[in-house]
Amino acid sequence: MVNFYGKSFSSRLLIGTALYPSPKIMQDAIRASGSQIVTVSLRRETAGGRTGDAFWSLIRELDVTVLPNTAGCRGVREAVTTAKLARELFGTHWIKLEVIADNDTLQPDVVGLVEAASILIKDGFEVFPYCTEDLGVAMRLVDAGCRVVMPWAAPIGSAKGITNRDALRLLRARLPDITLVVDAGIGAPSHAAHALELGYDAVLLNTAVAKAADPVAMAGAFKLAVEAGRSAYEAGLMETRDFASPSTPVVGTPFWHAVS
Amino acid sequence: MQVTVNGEQREIAAQTVDALLSELAYEGTHVAIAVNFEVLPKSQWADAILKSGDEIEIITPRQGG
Repeated sequence: MVNFYGKSFSSRLLIGTALYPSPKIMQDAIRASGSQIVTVSLRRETAGGRTGDAFWSLIRELDVTVLPNTAGCRGVREAVTTAKLARELFGTHWIKLEVIADNDTLQPDVVGLVEAASILIKDGFEVFPYCTEDLGVAMRLVDAGCRVVMPWAAPIGSAKGITNRDALRLLRARLPDITLVVDAGIGAPSHAAHALELGYDAVLLNTAVAKAADPVAMAGAFKLAVEAGRSAYEAGLMETRDFASPSTPVVGTPFWHAVS
Repeated sequence: MQVTVNGEQREIAAQTVDALLSELAYEGTHVAIAVNFEVLPKSQWADAILKSGDEIEIITPRQGG
C-alpha cells in the first residue's frame, strides 16, 4: 500500500486525464490502469459552455480520488489562486502543484514552487509538488511541510524515461519517510518499472498512455510494470558490478586442467 | 458596467456574482469563481457585489496531466 497524506492506496500508478482520443477511451484506459488517483485540471469556461460539466461527470463515474493540478501556472500568485479555485471546484485539499519556469521545457520554477507550497500548506492544503530531481529543492519542500515530493524523470511529454538515475536514487536515500513519486517524462512501462525498482512509491503519467496507439492496452501494460517494479524493489535487487561474476560454478568445469 | 470575464472585456448588467452567472448562462454549471485573484466560495455568490473594472475568472474542470 502507498500512503498519500494519511490515505492508503493499493495502486501505485497515478494517471492524467488529458490527450485521450475520446472520453470513452479515457474512462476505459483509467479503469484498465487500475489507478485510484487521477489528476485533473481547471480552465476558463467558455461562455455558456458545458464542457467542464460533461468532463466532470465522466470523472465522477470512475469513482476515483481526484488530484487537481495547477498545470501551466507560471507564477506564485497564479498557482496559489488556481489551487484555491481547485479546492472550491473539487472539494479537496489535495493539489498537484506546478509552477512553470519556461514554456519550452516546462521546467519547474523551483523557487516559486517552494514559495507557493509554503503559502498553500499554511492555508491547509496537502501539496504534491512537481519538481526537479534536485535534493536541495526537495528538502526545502519537505521543510515547507510537503509529505509527498514528485520529481520529474524527464521533461513533461518527452517520453525519455529516467535521465538522472543517480539523483533520483539520492533523493530516495535522503528522504526515506517522504512519499516519492516520479512525475513526468515516462514513455514506456519499463521506465515506470525502473522508478519503482529505485524505491519510488509511485509514478504519475499521462501522455504515455493517452498517446499510445491503443491507450487501454497500454494502461494495462503500465499497471503490470508498476506492480513488477514494486515487487522487484521489495524482493531486493542485486548490486551492480563492473566485471563479470560467473553464475555457473567454476569448480568441476570440464577440461579445466587443459586451460593454462 | 465594464468588467473583464476570463480575460475578455464585457459590458454587464449584473451586480452580483450569482446574477452574472445567470446573465452569462452559466447557471447550474459546476464552476469556481475568482474576482481580482480572490476566490469566492459559492456561499458568497449571492451577496458578492461586483464593481466596474473587476477581473472575474469563471473556472471549470478540464482534462489535465
